[in-house]
Amino acid sequence: MYVYFVRRLGYMVITLAIISVLGFIIINLPPGTYLDRYMAELQAQGSESAQEIVKTLEQRYRLNDPVFLQYTRWISGFVRGDFGLSFMYNMPVNQLIWGRIGYTVVIALATLIFVYAVSIPIGIYSAVNKYTIGDNVVTLFGFLGLSMPDFLLALILMVFAATFFDQPVGGLFSPAFRDAPWSLARVWDLLSNLWIPVVVIGTAQTATLIRVLRGNLSDVLNLQYVQTARSKGLSERIVIYKHAVRNAVHPLIMQLGMGLPHIISSSTVVAIVLSLPTMGPVYFRALRAQDMFLAGTFLMLMAILLVIGNFLADILLAIVDPRITYE
Amino acid sequence: MEPTNVQLRSDHGFEDEATETVLSQRTVRFRRFRRNRLAVAAVIVLAVLYLVMVAFPEFFSNHFYQTHHADYVYAPPQIPRFVDEEGTFHLRPFVYPITSELDMETFNWVYTTDTSQRNHIYFFTRGYSYDLLGLFPTDIHFFGLEDPEQPLFLFGTDRLGRDVFSRILFGGRVSLTVGLVGVFLTIIIGSFMGTMSGYFSGPIDNAVQRLAEVLMSFPSIPLWAALGAALPSGWTPLQNFFAISVILSLRNWTGLARELRGKVLSFRESEYTLAAKCVGASHLHIIVRHMIPNSMSHIIVISTLSIPFMILAETSLSFLGLGIQPPSTSWGVLLQAAQQVNVVLEQPWLLLPGIFVVIAVLSFNFLGDGIRDALDPYSS
Repeated sequence: MYVYFVRRLGYMVITLAIISVLGFIIINLPPGTYLDRYMAELQAQGSESAQEIVKTLEQRYRLNDPVFLQYTRWISGFVRGDFGLSFMYNMPVNQLIWGRIGYTVVIALATLIFVYAVSIPIGIYSAVNKYTIGDNVVTLFGFLGLSMPDFLLALILMVFAATFFDQPVGGLFSPAFRDAPWSLARVWDLLSNLWIPVVVIGTAQTATLIRVLRGNLSDVLNLQYVQTARSKGLSERIVIYKHAVRNAVHPLIMQLGMGLPHIISSSTVVAIVLSLPTMGPVYFRALRAQDMFLAGTFLMLMAILLVIGNFLADILLAIVDPRITYE
Repeated sequence: MEPTNVQLRSDHGFEDEATETVLSQRTVRFRRFRRNRLAVAAVIVLAVLYLVMVAFPEFFSNHFYQTHHADYVYAPPQIPRFVDEEGTFHLRPFVYPITSELDMETFNWVYTTDTSQRNHIYFFTRGYSYDLLGLFPTDIHFFGLEDPEQPLFLFGTDRLGRDVFSRILFGGRVSLTVGLVGVFLTIIIGSFMGTMSGYFSGPIDNAVQRLAEVLMSFPSIPLWAALGAALPSGWTPLQNFFAISVILSLRNWTGLARELRGKVLSFRESEYTLAAKCVGASHLHIIVRHMIPNSMSHIIVISTLSIPFMILAETSLSFLGLGIQPPSTSWGVLLQAAQQVNVVLEQPWLLLPGIFVVIAVLSFNFLGDGIRDALDPYSS
């Protein structure tokens, strides 16, 4: 087990190193830099010293160095927690991002809990009562949830809330708490506003998991050991929950590693519609403005979150499923 | 079964037997597919969508999608009716003409419906000129009013007075094909990588698996967005379109490659591969004649199921302004107009493109499920 941990950890570091190179290249792909735009902007404003301002900036950020030098400087700062400067906000990136990362993680975790809390019971119900009205309704809603772009779901929910509850939706806090200092009341307010993004982001994932569990469980229910359990005279409850579900639920843990990228990715788009204080909106703005350090930092951090999430899912699977050998 | 037959056919000419087996299997699968009513309905819906939007959007639209109607900004949808205000039934559908007036206080356009006059809808009328299928110049349209100057906006207009119905049709042309092109590229890259990885194993396998792992570690939409932002702004709509398809398939091949790798790993150890090796078949021959045909059903199922994913991805990217660029249009570009809730509350018809996204994606999901069940030899 110990060896497995270490090897898995080693892979994780290698993956992250490759990711950082790829990420840096991708962020540097757009032709031109932020400074080109900045210069055009300054010239449009009629500033006569535009060239000099841009030249000083270029020297300060050493943007004329070869790319690999820029990369080594960026990555060596990155591991020390210095993410460079944001051109757009004209301040260090790490002052901009921590709060946003925090909310992103909170939303991702809440969504994960929601997804599993909803999909497991519904999936079991659906598999046990296959082809009943309830199962068909679940299947229908599942397919709808899979087929709707999540930003559209967010829009519809907001319109719904605005027309029927006359309540503006958006953000994570009610207006009264938006800029208030942290307190118990503010945490409560956060929790009461969290459900909309969580439902929107989690719907597609929930639909997928219900289908996976329904398929698995109905396969398992036909296996002979389940028949044996029934013929022993065990109650149906014990047969299903203690014997069948346990073996059908493993693929769901494997899905944990695949579900997290989906949640993070989906939350970036939904955050724009719902104006959430997460990484998404700033990331896209930075991409459009070619604010490369800011965008690059976000892309890296999202990838790191995912890699760590996958690592934890693998470890969890190794602990839960005794059939997996730690090689 | 199949590869053995192929072998027989090419080497010994047992053609009858071979074609018979292949045919019967195909018939079985086709029959199984036809029993799935949802999948059959999905095929019909998709056929209609592709016919109307990809092949003939010019014919079925009554306005060119880029034409601005300055007098009709944010015009509400005009619903075709059969029964007029007095309750009289008319066999030919009609719409009531609308007139716009600028409210000088709120600067909103206010529309009034004139119920005294009926504008009847005629079929195969003349309208703007276009090239049918890009070949035959004509100006015949599926429907229209007798007087083309009169307003007919089935789904209303947007903030520049462009007809939403026509824009949905033309947007569908892009949205429905971007997925197909993307899936085509996914199949090519994914099959190549997957079979290489499974067949040769060792360092090649390791390299491909690491690459796939790294690509999968990037969250999809942020990665696509970064690549989308890297596209030069000077590209033509066509270049932009293909670039988006390439971007979408750049991460998507990993799933197919992983599945195929597993399949090929098991095929590699089977007797027929050994037999092929014994008679001196080259690696290329084994891969092309045995590995890929045997994995075909897998490739088909995975790619059908990834089309809806591609359509959703294009929609999200364009919604963010990082996908298809105006003046080209797609369903995602159209939904960009509906980003703010207050806009949607005032002009709910701007959400209509979303319904088409859901219909298309839903149909592809049903189709993919149907194909999977039909190809699965264990399903009853």
